[in-house]
Amino acid sequence: MATSLEINGRRVQVEAAPDTPLLWVLRDEAGLTGSKYGCGVGQCGACTVLADGAPVRSCSLPVSALAGIKITTIEGLGGTHPVQEAWMRLDVPQCGYCQSGQIMSAVALLAGNANPTDADIDAAMDGNICRCGAYQRIRAAIREAAAQSRA
Amino acid sequence: MNAHVDQDAARTGATRRELVVGTALVSGALLVGCGPADLLSVGAKTEVGAFGPFIRIAADGAVTVFNKHIEFGQGTHAGLAAIVAEELDADWSRVSVEQAPANAKLYANTLIGVQGTGGSTAIPNSWMQLRKAGAAARAMFTGAAAAAWKVPEAEITVKDGVVSHTASGKSAGFGELLEAASEIAPPEEPKLKSHADFTLIGTDRVRRKDSRAKSTGEARYTQDVKMEGLLTAVVAHAPRFGAKVSGFDDAEARKVAGVVDVIEIPTGVAVVARSTWAALQGRNALKVTWDESKAEPLGSAEIEAKYAEWAAGKGALPDKLKWETFETRGDAAAGGEGEVFEATYDFPFLAHATMEPMNCVAQVGGQGGTRLTVASQSPTMDQLNTARIAMTLPGSVQIENLFAGGSFGRRANFQSDFVAECVHIAKKVGKGTPVKLVWTREDDMMAGYFRPLTHHRLKVRLDKDGFPAAWTHRVVTQSLMKGSPMAPKGIDSSTVEGAMGSPYLKATPAVDGQVLMPELGIPVLWWRAVGSTHTAFVMEHTIDQLARKAGKDPVAYRLALFEKAGASRHIAVLKLAAEKAGWDKPAPAGVTRGVAVHESFGSVVAQIAEVRIVDGVPKVGRVVSAIDCGTAISPDQIAAQVEGGTCYGLSATLHDEMVVKAGAVERQNFDTYPVLRNSEAPTVETHILPSTNPPSGVGEPGTPVIGPAVANAVLAATGKATFRLPMIRA
Ligand code: FES
Ligand code: FES
Repeated sequence: MATSLEINGRRVQVEAAPDTPLLWVLRDEAGLTGSKYGCGVGQCGACTVLADGAPVRSCSLPVSALAGIKITTIEGLGGTHPVQEAWMRLDVPQCGYCQSGQIMSAVALLAGNANPTDADIDAAMDGNICRCGAYQRIRAAIREAAAQSRA
Repeated sequence: MNAHVDQDAARTGATRRELVVGTALVSGALLVGCGPADLLSVGAKTEVGAFGPFIRIAADGAVTVFNKHIEFGQGTHAGLAAIVAEELDADWSRVSVEQAPANAKLYANTLIGVQGTGGSTAIPNSWMQLRKAGAAARAMFTGAAAAAWKVPEAEITVKDGVVSHTASGKSAGFGELLEAASEIAPPEEPKLKSHADFTLIGTDRVRRKDSRAKSTGEARYTQDVKMEGLLTAVVAHAPRFGAKVSGFDDAEARKVAGVVDVIEIPTGVAVVARSTWAALQGRNALKVTWDESKAEPLGSAEIEAKYAEWAAGKGALPDKLKWETFETRGDAAAGGEGEVFEATYDFPFLAHATMEPMNCVAQVGGQGGTRLTVASQSPTMDQLNTARIAMTLPGSVQIENLFAGGSFGRRANFQSDFVAECVHIAKKVGKGTPVKLVWTREDDMMAGYFRPLTHHRLKVRLDKDGFPAAWTHRVVTQSLMKGSPMAPKGIDSSTVEGAMGSPYLKATPAVDGQVLMPELGIPVLWWRAVGSTHTAFVMEHTIDQLARKAGKDPVAYRLALFEKAGASRHIAVLKLAAEKAGWDKPAPAGVTRGVAVHESFGSVVAQIAEVRIVDGVPKVGRVVSAIDCGTAISPDQIAAQVEGGTCYGLSATLHDEMVVKAGAVERQNFDTYPVLRNSEAPTVETHILPSTNPPSGVGEPGTPVIGPAVANAVLAATGKATFRLPMIRA
């Protein structure tokens, strides 16, 4: 059964069964492998994408629930988003596997809150596990991107 | 087996001798230390360019460095390339990195003898090798320029990829001189720079080369491999360690749209499909029955109880199991005046829980030969295990090495467990069809290869000044090396490293250290910092308790013991950390400090953790670290490894605990296996001790110190010691 999705500003027809999680549609059908699988149960945040600007765990969202919703993945940020630039400037990634999800959560945070407090950052980022423990740089990069955007 | 070999000879065209060699290796005759690299590269392609196996220079002068090690976050891309660039005097902004192929002869780890990454050796083993490679290439350019310009070579300088002769005003880039330089024979012993002449190494210019790819989603991991005709496999695995398939019904599984095959393999039943979701749905529909007659009967609780009994000298030991001595001096059992401290410590099984669950892409039986596309930590081991299944020469197994979403030791596996599973499936699928094996988080956790559950029992008698006079130490833990190709002749020091050789034991007149290594059906493996994950905790937390007994300041008490042991590097890092942390000034209100110092992988780390107790739980704020890791290549990446290593260690201190019940893994995902999250992560400051010694390990030494530092801070706050990890039990 074909489903029509809007991903990174483009209409995409996918053949997946309606109960297929968005993550596997993005990765296996749309060829967008930036979003990662880490747990499949909404616990790790590696699969985070934006749905109408809100951060969602794509591993736990069936495609059937996404009609009319605009999906943005890491690929949709274009590589020049202030959050991505801060990530590169501070060399945040280690293995990098969690970082697409971290960046999408950070982008959503800053879109709604230009000057997040430490508590805001904790609240927004605690759903994203980084086993390499890049947390300190993640926090620093969010602060830096926020400062950059305000400037 | 011989029949197979002959068929194989016919197919591969290999000579009889090559196959005999290959088969001997495949059947496990690998002996590290007897030059296996030559044997293991039989069948490999070995052409190298003019500048050797590590360097390629393009016509436009851009430099590519081949990384023989895996990049799983530890920063080899930056560190190894910087070593080459320094000696070559290349333009750092025009140096890029490519993963080297699998080739034991060209790319062996000089400390291990075969190609592989482990023991925090990527930089240490490459240090001289890559300096020489860079310097030799540089000499080829200066030689070419001298000939072309007819000037003395000694007057030629190189800077940022530009070769110059000041007196004549001549200069040329690497690209312009490339052809002529390629014709020059590289010197055997090129002249290396002295530390004082380094312009790149040790500066903040040495930054990661992969941050862009890893911030845009472009970095390619095994999970992301796309190939024409690729099939995805998931495997129904045994519910208990040691259980085997006794039968299965695949009728429903085969009806799932997209499922193309269901295959029995040694480790379970594989469902092969056109997409990941279809494979997962197929597995859900599969009915497998298991023969559990040989399954592991024990669980964590029984194992822990047994270990405690054995360490206490109660209960008979199983056949052939005996205590082995790791350190002994004087008579530790003799009585004495001083106070006696006794304690036991318990550590659970731990999963590596890498962010990317294990996975692999394999092709067997096609025109392209046997190929792996996978993040391979031990290419030689993976070639060997693959060859054994695919019946081919290890050296002929090609590996395209990718970024790994973490490893922490998990991918360096003597059995190449997940690689081997994928090769079994790809062999049955055949025709060179690429098969991607995908493990879910649950598969990854259920596969085991945990940090072993470990028990320590200590009895320390103090002298009249409150310093240890006699130290009796028992450790019970599974061996990591027993039965492996790297099994040591004596004791498996990976089980006790960090206690064995500790300066505290050196400073103690009487020592009786023994280890017991029982065998269990629960597979174990090295886990970032290996033995030090428990020994550092035991030694450093014990020392703080002894200092309290003696009424001495924990830093001063340690310095006195390090003095006695002649541990000058420990003294230096401890003093540096204490100074930077302001140890002699009062801590902020509501905060207590804990200190710990530990040597692992050739590096010494001291940390001082500031802890606040919030709702009965330690909240770690600032952590001041000092590290002596020899020559610092990339200060920024050393800091990153100390930050990350600290978080990995803190996760195990606060949360990580794998629970096994009757041979079954109880905790299979992050909902039941909590790990450290952002709000709990400390802010780590890293101070690097200036040094011109060769570089030592950085990836692991940051991990084992935080646990005891935090426990010591909690001890200072509450007067209570910690005898079991994790501190917060789920
Ligand atoms: S994969 Fe979606 S939250 Fe972990
Ligand atoms: S960078 Fe490796 S898990 Fe976050």
